[in-house]
Amino acid sequence: MSKNECINEIKITFPSYSTNEGTARAMVSAFCATLNPTVEELSDIRCAVSEAVTNCTVHAYKNVIGTVSLAVRLYADRTVRIEVKDKGCGIADVEEALQPLFTTDPEGERSGMGFTVMESFMDTVSVKSSVGRGTKVTMKRRLSPLPVKR
Amino acid sequence: MLHSVKNVEFSNESGVLTAFVKGEVDHHNAKSARSMIDRELEKIRPAQLALDLSAVSFMDSSGLGLILGRYNKALELGVKFTVRNPTPATMKIISLAGGERIFDVITDNIENDNT
Repeated sequence: MSKNECINEIKITFPSYSTNEGTARAMVSAFCATLNPTVEELSDIRCAVSEAVTNCTVHAYKNVIGTVSLAVRLYADRTVRIEVKDKGCGIADVEEALQPLFTTDPEGERSGMGFTVMESFMDTVSVKSSVGRGTKVTMKRRLSPLPVKR
Repeated sequence: MLHSVKNVEFSNESGVLTAFVKGEVDHHNAKSARSMIDRELEKIRPAQLALDLSAVSFMDSSGLGLILGRYNKALELGVKFTVRNPTPATMKIISLAGGERIFDVITDNIENDNT
């Protein structure tokens, strides 16, 4: 068996209601739990998903409701790959958006730390965006090996 | 219209208004917590505002926005601001923004508190 073989996958789409931030976290968390991650790993992944989905509800679909696509893949080497995609407004300057404390919405008390949280809590984060067409965030985190059973 | 649960409770003792924030603090839930805390803060005008985060089961950067927003509001009103009892996961988020260098983070000994 190849080390990087995908062993399980889910795909979900949902409307960008803010209540679905919690729904997305809960679903990803339940799915990743099948790999027996540590409490901290699961908590980090939940947080990263929450940030990515919140960006869709707050920024990509500002003042409108659109579709958020979420795909999670689990690999044999215990890598979790999460893709969050929207067809919203897009980001004109991705590099600027990735800067800690950068926000386009200070009135809404956004901390500007969303991408920083994703980058801190996941091993890799990639952001592809096109203005008027949407954004795709892909994040990976390799879970620590399972403790050896005695 | 989607409703938010009441996720903040208050105590007001010896000039300290404590806001006990409960459950999941994300973008969806932060809005109601924000207006509840600000309303109480403006009504009571305490000497100190404490955000007790011991019962927070999840927090992302929206929670950070809530904390920093209340810190700024307290500063504006001349009210001392502290964060109390964040869980390790919550503290991880606070530290990402260097929150502990901006305001006091106090941990009480609550190990024997089974409430």
